[in-house]
Amino acid sequence: MSAALQLDPRTNDRGGPAQPLLIVENLKKYFPVRGGLLNRQVATVQAVDDVSFFVRKGETLGIVGESGCGKSTTARLLMRLMTPDAGAIIFDGDPVGERRGISVNDMRRQMQMVFQDSYTSLNPRMTMAESIAYAPRMHGLAKKQAIARADDLLARVGLNPALHARRYPHEMSGGQRQRVNIARALALEPRMVILDEAVAALDKSVEAQVLNLLSDLKQSLSLTYLFISHDLNVVEYMSDRVMVMYLGRVVETGPVESIYRHPRHPYTRALFASKPTLDPDRRTHDMPLTGDPPNPINPPSGCRFRTRCAFAQAICAEKPPALAEPLSGDADPTHLVACHLPAAQSPLNASAGAYAHA
Amino acid sequence: MPDGTMMPPPATDPVLRVEDLTVRFVRRNVDVPAVNGVEFALRAGETLTILGESGSGKSVSLKAMMGLLPAYARISGKIWLNGQDILSLPPAALSKLRGGAVSMIFQEPMAALDPVYTIGEQIAETIVQHEGCDNKTAMKRALGLLEMVKIPSAERRLKNYPHEMSGGMRQRAMIALALACKPAVLLADEPTTALDVTVQIQILLLLRQLQQELGMAIIFVTHDVGAAAEISDRIAVMYAGRFVETGTTRQVMKAPSHPYTQGLLHSTVHGGMRGQPLQTIPGTPPNLAALPLGCAFAPRCRYVQEACRGGDIPVIMKPDGAMARCVRASAMVEA
Repeated sequence: MSAALQLDPRTNDRGGPAQPLLIVENLKKYFPVRGGLLNRQVATVQAVDDVSFFVRKGETLGIVGESGCGKSTTARLLMRLMTPDAGAIIFDGDPVGERRGISVNDMRRQMQMVFQDSYTSLNPRMTMAESIAYAPRMHGLAKKQAIARADDLLARVGLNPALHARRYPHEMSGGQRQRVNIARALALEPRMVILDEAVAALDKSVEAQVLNLLSDLKQSLSLTYLFISHDLNVVEYMSDRVMVMYLGRVVETGPVESIYRHPRHPYTRALFASKPTLDPDRRTHDMPLTGDPPNPINPPSGCRFRTRCAFAQAICAEKPPALAEPLSGDADPTHLVACHLPAAQSPLNASAGAYAHA
Repeated sequence: MPDGTMMPPPATDPVLRVEDLTVRFVRRNVDVPAVNGVEFALRAGETLTILGESGSGKSVSLKAMMGLLPAYARISGKIWLNGQDILSLPPAALSKLRGGAVSMIFQEPMAALDPVYTIGEQIAETIVQHEGCDNKTAMKRALGLLEMVKIPSAERRLKNYPHEMSGGMRQRAMIALALACKPAVLLADEPTTALDVTVQIQILLLLRQLQQELGMAIIFVTHDVGAAAEISDRIAVMYAGRFVETGTTRQVMKAPSHPYTQGLLHSTVHGGMRGQPLQTIPGTPPNLAALPLGCAFAPRCRYVQEACRGGDIPVIMKPDGAMARCVRASAMVEA
């Protein structure tokens, strides 16, 4: 990117290459559910419960899970679009929002986000160039320079500035709008970009274009991605490491090859087994799981997956399993799984088809 | 325009035969040709998937078959359902048909179900309307239907409002509602798109199983190649209001001959593609109001040649029964 913008001299590598760019510790967010006569709190949604992870510099961490698993809430907590109830976020060694660390604003300069809905995330009354130039302007860049920068970014994401800079969101296609959203996220020269279902709403042919664009940008701008998606194939394609979430908790995390080739958690395995095969000769015949994910308002005690797990034992209801090295088989030590039962984690059970319980 | 787009003649009489269906949305200044000559035939117990991206005309085709298009839609062609032309039916006969011989399920069950009536009431209402039985019998039938779509504790769920159910459960309830009067043809408009993967596969398996039990024909509209591979007997790939390729699921998925189908399959991310750049289709789907002459895909096609840009594009029937609407496919067959 051009050197036109040096908003924050600290955007260089502060912690050194070994310092993870992002460390998240015991992040927690409960939403109150109000109701009844006096609008009292009647329940809590445990949207994100004790989630810890890290993202290394230059890597892509994929977060995968079904609706209600807390993946989007996690993203919003990281950006401080919501305030966490508990937990620490450490950006390149600096705790965010603490006196000895960096402010939320400083963090946001270095960490930006792209949302799923390309239309609602753009201001309908601003042209593309204005939307992209908005943040640099707010951070003190002169208007002319900011617009020049927007043109530069439009070209970078594969749009023609002469053609698209003055257009409004309704004049663009979904794929083009998502490119603009990516350009806008890059306007402050961030080091990390959170992509929350950024390609989910796009047609397949356009999705592939945007995925290629994201890979190119990551390479040329040395970005770090947090890639959130429900699409298992896309997460595998984009990520270096993967984190699987279920009802607000992390159930499994590790390098992408290890997770996809040897999934340990019964939920992860069921998730992969639910993936359409794309091969009419090898159609799915057994339901990997029955029912929907439970309501996060009253999650099951202990292991939250136990109500749908074929292996569940008494211990699963008693206490939540910690994220730890797998109990059976030799595994990659960086591959962690939250499950009490060695039998359930055994790779030999991978195709046991024993998940269905009526 | 009997130009061979039709699928090969089925062994038994088709329940549904669509001939040269065109739909144009005409308003003061715009004339948008959304469907441009769709032809196919569908037998009982068969599943045809219409695969296409947004704006390809797949949902509009379905809505035409249900008579659900707005007044400014100009529809022509013939839609024969059990020997009766739907498009020439008076409104009263059409509404008897809807939910009777033809019914439809939608992407968003929350929007398709009525929020102020219980699931049981909605299913019973349909049955009473179409079959004229009393409410009590209809309720009993509704219970049986909920059990058929495998809703647990069906008796209790009968009294639930749509908002009291989970997404997968609502989709099952909508399927039960659609099947209430044993339709000959079920139209499914992206019914699994809004669902989680683990629920999506359950619904696909359920539809497959119900079809075997009830013998209905299904038209399944989707943009998801994975869902298409799981459910269809045949696939029709739609682009800019036309079927550009049709064939059995195996033919289309394993040996696609239209460049658009090839591009669509290549740009669909599947397992084991890490590290390779995705082959994409350049450009964006065409503006229907300004379709190019000749092949609508030509501006994005890597094999484009002079013959693609004007005149009628030949429809090539391959020896194995698959069809492709492409200049290049003819060369491939001759070669």
